[in-house]
Amino acid sequence: MPEQPQIFQSDRSMIEIKNVTRSYGAFKALDDASLTIREGEFFSLLGPSGCGKTTLLRMIAGFDNPTSGSISVGGQPMEGIPANRRPTNMVFQSYAIFPHLNVEQNVAYGLKRLKLQGGEEKRRVEEALAQVSLTGLGKRLATELSGGQRQRVALARALVMRPKVLLLDEPLSALDKKLREQMQVELRRLQQAVGITFVLVTHDQYEALAMSDRIAVMFGGRIAQVASPKEIYQRPVTRQVADFLGGMNFVKAEIVEEDGASLVVDTLGFGRIKTDKPKAFVRNGGGATLGIRPERLRVLWDNATAKFEVAGKVVERHYFGEITHLIVEIPGLEKPLSVTETNDFGADDIPVGTSIRLAYDPEALVAMAD
Amino acid sequence: MTAAVEGSPPLRMTRARRNALLQSEPVQGLALISPTFIYALILLVLPILVVIAHSFWTQHYLTIDRTFTLENYRVALTEPIYRDLLWRSLYISLTVSLLTVLLAYPIAYFISFHGGRHKSLWLFLITIPFWTSYLLRVMSWKVILGYNGVLNSGLMGLGIIDEPSTALLYNSSAVIITLTHAWAAFAILPIFVSLEKVDRTLVEAATDLGDGPLRSFLRVTLPLSAPGVISAALIVMIPTVGDYVTPKLVGGKDGVMIANAIQAQFGKASNWPLGAALSVTTMLIVTLMAGATVLIIRAVQRLAR
Repeated sequence: MPEQPQIFQSDRSMIEIKNVTRSYGAFKALDDASLTIREGEFFSLLGPSGCGKTTLLRMIAGFDNPTSGSISVGGQPMEGIPANRRPTNMVFQSYAIFPHLNVEQNVAYGLKRLKLQGGEEKRRVEEALAQVSLTGLGKRLATELSGGQRQRVALARALVMRPKVLLLDEPLSALDKKLREQMQVELRRLQQAVGITFVLVTHDQYEALAMSDRIAVMFGGRIAQVASPKEIYQRPVTRQVADFLGGMNFVKAEIVEEDGASLVVDTLGFGRIKTDKPKAFVRNGGGATLGIRPERLRVLWDNATAKFEVAGKVVERHYFGEITHLIVEIPGLEKPLSVTETNDFGADDIPVGTSIRLAYDPEALVAMAD
Repeated sequence: MTAAVEGSPPLRMTRARRNALLQSEPVQGLALISPTFIYALILLVLPILVVIAHSFWTQHYLTIDRTFTLENYRVALTEPIYRDLLWRSLYISLTVSLLTVLLAYPIAYFISFHGGRHKSLWLFLITIPFWTSYLLRVMSWKVILGYNGVLNSGLMGLGIIDEPSTALLYNSSAVIITLTHAWAAFAILPIFVSLEKVDRTLVEAATDLGDGPLRSFLRVTLPLSAPGVISAALIVMIPTVGDYVTPKLVGGKDGVMIANAIQAQFGKASNWPLGAALSVTTMLIVTLMAGATVLIIRAVQRLAR
């Protein structure tokens, strides 16, 4: 994935979340979460449903309050400030378009209170509608809009307020696949253009990878990892993170040597490997878990050789159009490896049962905490 | 071609056509509605037609002269007594529906927004007064408002008044108080239903866009619950115009309403045509008033945007 240009992003922090816990009786929806979101950043909270990501977003917006811990936005502590006086605006999952108002009135809703002078309100509404490509639809009723258009109205209604932070609660989940992918690109472009900090909640890992500057992956009310999309994908710190973001082959290994930053391990299939030690790594006796992404294993054709290779036998083949998934059994490994190969060299024609060799880069094997 | 092979095609066709007819949606709809429709036709439309017919005839002691005349309408519309009664009925029913809606809205709002798990319990409690007869409920207001009633003795006990007030019972205020209480549930329920339908996320969205609790209520919750307010107002207003039990029991001389006059014409005075003309006039005016109410609420709603 190409790196996104980072035009407005600065190192100044916009949102500071410090040791925030939200309990409902004995259940902790959010457990001691700490996070810093930078100014102008496109930040995603990624995780399965019930991981606490929406709870965290709603606490930033002011619809919910932490049981303990603190949240500040733009350097200002948010404790005791109601949702209507926070410098944040939200795009709701259901869009929450006011059904008794037309598009223009919806977008102007928050401006009415400001009593802007001399056509300023009208100008800002039109500007916001133009930003989301809805020019000319101002008089339409909410009931006359498609899902994608409603989403744009919700976006314009929040952007017109010029918030410090725009909060997006699964904004694309109600759209069909094609529109969703188109909106991902548009949202990212819009964020770059307005330079506002975006905080997106999503359970779709591809959405988070495609749009964000940084991602926080959450499980069970805890933040597992905060990093750039590339790092999250390539260097997941736990098995759970690796599993949630695409496929991952897990390989059991034995630790031979351990120091502050690196590990040397012995594996049955891949031999002795030196790898970076993740921060969250906790030694589990003498064992460790390594992972390698299916696309980091390449099929070696004919007599081609590689510096690092493993040999095995194809036991399953699944065709996916532009790619093929091969399940390859490696002697010594308890689970077969899954391999993703593009179809331009004929991976889709490899018969099940064929003995093949796979090339890999030891760098691609990462150690993870369980 | 194949039909010839299968034999007896015409019979097959008719049966198929009959089945198709029975399964078609309009036919099924008519079949479902017909018992109610026939019932309503016999018990609602026919009597109204009889009343309308009577209003154009004349009573001659024991017989009815069936020549067409507008005399009854002239009397109904110009006689000061009927005009006053009609005005008073309209005033009472408008006041009652306004008060009922104003009092019912907060209750419905509370149940819908803060009822939590106990919504059904609250609704159930509201129906409890209906377990007794309407007459008993009116009578109990007599006990409360009467000369030696609960209210008077209470006020005297507190030293606020020296002697029992006669201003509480047997006037139009007593009718208004009694009717407002009696119709409360009929206003609470439709308002509750329309509040239940208000998407709570919309209120959150309004808050997110800078509205405090009062503003978001006025700009989102209230306009979206307007259908419930309109039905509540109509449900209360239409029947109370024609109420005659309540004015008879607690209204005294000053609380007499048009329905009491209509009842008198059909009863003691035995002038059915005049009674019929008064009924038809009242019906028309109620229709106009109901229409005006809907239009006014809609206009207010539009202005509030």
